[in-house]
Amino acid sequence: MGNLLTVAYLVAAALFILSLAGLASQSTARRGNYFGIFGMAVALLATLFHPEVSVGNLGWVLGATVIGGGIGALLASRVAMTSMPELVALLHSFVGVAAVLVGYSTFMAPEAELVGVEKIIHDVEIFLDVGIGAITFTGSIVAWAKLSGRMSGKPLVLPSRHLLNAVAAGLCVALVVPFTAAGPELGLFVLFIMTAVAGLLGAHLVLAIGGADMPVVVSLLNSYSGWTAAAAGFMLGNDLLIVTGALVGSSGAILSYIMCEAMNRSIWNVVFGGFGATPVKPSGGTDEPQGEVEPIHIEGLAQRLREAERVIVIPGYGMAVAQAQHAVQEFSELLRSEGKTVKFAIHPVAGRLPGHMNVLLAEAGVPYDIVLEMDEINDEFNDTDVALVIGANDIVNPGAMTDASSPIYGMPVLESWNANTCVVLKRSMNVGYAGVANPLFFHPHTRMLFGDAKDSMSKLVTALRS
Amino acid sequence: MRVAIPRETFAGERRVAATPDTVGRLKKLGYEVSIETGAGLEAGFDDAMYTEAGATVVDSADALYAEAGVVAKVRAPSDEELAKLQKGTVLIAMLWPLQNEDRVAKYAEAGLTAIALDRIPRISRAQKMDVLSSMANIAGYRAVIEATALLPRFMGGQITAAGKTPPARVLVIGAGVAGLAAVGAARSLGAEVFAFDTRAAVKEQVQSLGAKFLEVKIEESGDGGGGYAKVMSKEFIDAEMALFRQHAPRTDIVITTALIPGRPAPKLWLEDMVELQPQGGVVVDLAAQQGGNCDLTKVDEVIVHNGVSIVGYTDLVSRLPAHASQFFSRNVVHLLSDMGGGEDFKVDLEDEVVRGATCVYEGEVLPPPPPPEPSPPRPQVETAPIAPPPKTEVALPANARMGVAGVAAFLAILIGVFAPDEFIQHFTVFVLSCFIGWQVVWSVTPALHTPLMSVTNAVSGIIVVGGILQAGANREATATWLAAVAILFASINIAGGFLVTERMLAMFRKEA
Repeated sequence: MGNLLTVAYLVAAALFILSLAGLASQSTARRGNYFGIFGMAVALLATLFHPEVSVGNLGWVLGATVIGGGIGALLASRVAMTSMPELVALLHSFVGVAAVLVGYSTFMAPEAELVGVEKIIHDVEIFLDVGIGAITFTGSIVAWAKLSGRMSGKPLVLPSRHLLNAVAAGLCVALVVPFTAAGPELGLFVLFIMTAVAGLLGAHLVLAIGGADMPVVVSLLNSYSGWTAAAAGFMLGNDLLIVTGALVGSSGAILSYIMCEAMNRSIWNVVFGGFGATPVKPSGGTDEPQGEVEPIHIEGLAQRLREAERVIVIPGYGMAVAQAQHAVQEFSELLRSEGKTVKFAIHPVAGRLPGHMNVLLAEAGVPYDIVLEMDEINDEFNDTDVALVIGANDIVNPGAMTDASSPIYGMPVLESWNANTCVVLKRSMNVGYAGVANPLFFHPHTRMLFGDAKDSMSKLVTALRS
Repeated sequence: MRVAIPRETFAGERRVAATPDTVGRLKKLGYEVSIETGAGLEAGFDDAMYTEAGATVVDSADALYAEAGVVAKVRAPSDEELAKLQKGTVLIAMLWPLQNEDRVAKYAEAGLTAIALDRIPRISRAQKMDVLSSMANIAGYRAVIEATALLPRFMGGQITAAGKTPPARVLVIGAGVAGLAAVGAARSLGAEVFAFDTRAAVKEQVQSLGAKFLEVKIEESGDGGGGYAKVMSKEFIDAEMALFRQHAPRTDIVITTALIPGRPAPKLWLEDMVELQPQGGVVVDLAAQQGGNCDLTKVDEVIVHNGVSIVGYTDLVSRLPAHASQFFSRNVVHLLSDMGGGEDFKVDLEDEVVRGATCVYEGEVLPPPPPPEPSPPRPQVETAPIAPPPKTEVALPANARMGVAGVAAFLAILIGVFAPDEFIQHFTVFVLSCFIGWQVVWSVTPALHTPLMSVTNAVSGIIVVGGILQAGANREATATWLAAVAILFASINIAGGFLVTERMLAMFRKEA
């Protein structure tokens, strides 16, 4: 029976790996998701038949599963695609809180009495599980609050916050000594203190990070939620948890890395940098973008689009905020039906979640094969008649390539200014998240279309139809 | 060997073929140098300066020519000057032999050896003697200065309390040496510069100077060999004209530099384009001498047509006499240096450069030399590509890496020695899983990063297994309660994560 359980776990682990592998391309992605669901079902069923699980408590188990599953299904079916970042952050926090609870439960009711090195290792495992879980929980809650607008997206920068972080982290590590030495009552107390400190640390870390760095933070929390599951696996001696936790942990780590690369910043800079907290003063003098912003009207833009053959759309977070993706889709379909080439250019950190723009465009019905990554499309701007920037700013800032004094210098950007005409849809002349003025707006190829993105796109479609 | 430098007699010519500096260089090469009195005055060098440099100042042109072995001058000699040249003298000047065959015959008649500086082949070795390049550079610069002086506007955009002005727009047609110099000068005055050339090879050079390269949508190379342009097809010219007409209404300054060797200059900027230009616009036609690129150009005049000034000066280089003389005379020095210096001076027809430039040898007209080697490298314009910006991240120094490796090794040993069997097993699984995860996740397409997050979210709900084991074990009431709540949360994750992933993935559709 024991071996059967192990084999079942092995199957589940393999299915999870296949699930992630399926996401390599859009055509296999859904199958990947089904693999994941199947793997989870196998794991759950097998666990219910675990010799340790007594039939008397199955009610508890099944009840909690059904209620939780119901809530999850409700959340998943209700969420708007523009709110995906919040949902993802919230789900991360649930993994965190579950790990903390399982950790406490394990501490209070250990499977077996351990002694010597084994007890120390086990205690350390509990400590790790609860600690990472607590950081994930509070960090994700804060991220969720920021992303859903319940809390200001601005970074909170406390004085000597690095010291605070260091002290909190040091305290968490140091508390492991009294924890392993103490008996059950005192141990529980120490565990409480550590949980509180770790929770504060997680909240403070994310509080200090601003809105547009959220893709990194969410990826990082994704990674933490994996490591916390892995720590739980060690604690419970369960290989399936370890394998799954390691998979998820690696996944989040890679995503964080990709996001950081896309901003040409190190993970330390993102997590500890407090980027965007202090708007960078324009350096003044000749570095200032000079010249006049040339506005364009809907009719003028429509005329240019009628004459254009190749159009590239660059969506940014502003498109998500304005919920303009459907109008954008209608626009692209209209142009494509007239035989024009329309493509979408996605910067890796556009939006508030890795791949956020892709999901929004897919929701609106834009075929994914005309939605291209930055590296695939950057060379095409030279041959493009009109580049349409919708609610994006820093990711199309030419200063990132030319101005060494710019805080975003070195960040790869979409070279929209190489197009014959670059039209920027924007609500105002405000600076982007990085607080840097954007020379693109003053570029001779650039025309500005002021107004709400959704409104402008709808009017544009009407103008093109007439 | 005595090198004689006459005063230029051509009207408006202010250059001189030697400066005090190059006199010194010629002396070092072993040449004797005579110079006609007042030869350098217009370029800013008086007789005393030449004397100090070691030249003999000669009072009359007659005396100068009488004792000359080599006569170096800027312009081709007039009839009067030709009469003074002695048989056997080596004449070095801008002779334009292909355009002036009758003059060449006269040089032969006079028993001269005539070396046309404008015929020096464009090969790398001869770049230092290439007067066309050095003079074209000056002409391009000066064209911008002339245009700027006539333009009733700023070149660079201004932002003042009294209002803002956009930068002037400058179109440079023909991006050879003169064109590139004009692009550079106009850019540094702050104008927005566009350049057109039939040779696609110059695109990068134009862009490196900060100008935009205009292109027509017809594939045709205008490279006629030797760094020169050739005549283009009618379709190409029509497309080119359409492009110019499109740009004309916004173009304040046009600088045309288009020349095709041995042909009249092509007419590229036509009357109707001038009329399209904004009021106060300027056209500077650097090809005026060869008939002009603009059909309104009047040689050596500035005319105003429909509010647009058209500059036909042929003496643009002469309007910068000091540096023009310096460059010109340096080119001459390099040629005379290559020809053997004062002691071993020789007109060596075996030498590719000398042969290319020599049109008359000891009273005999030489046929034009064979065309230059295919596609010699053009003088490389200094390019300033955008350097790959440095990462803001500081890489770990080598010893820190060693430190990390050391700590890892120490931990591995520690685990190996002290950890119990069970832990080792789990640890093995953990490390291998990390590697698998690393490999698998890198292959995920960036477009699916959001679904990846939601599916990993669902999968990390596997913590439910821990909850079930704790809740099911029936050990202690509080522990069971806690575990049940954990199951609840983890289940939200599982159901929510998988369902929302399914919702998202269902939306991704390929083009029908």
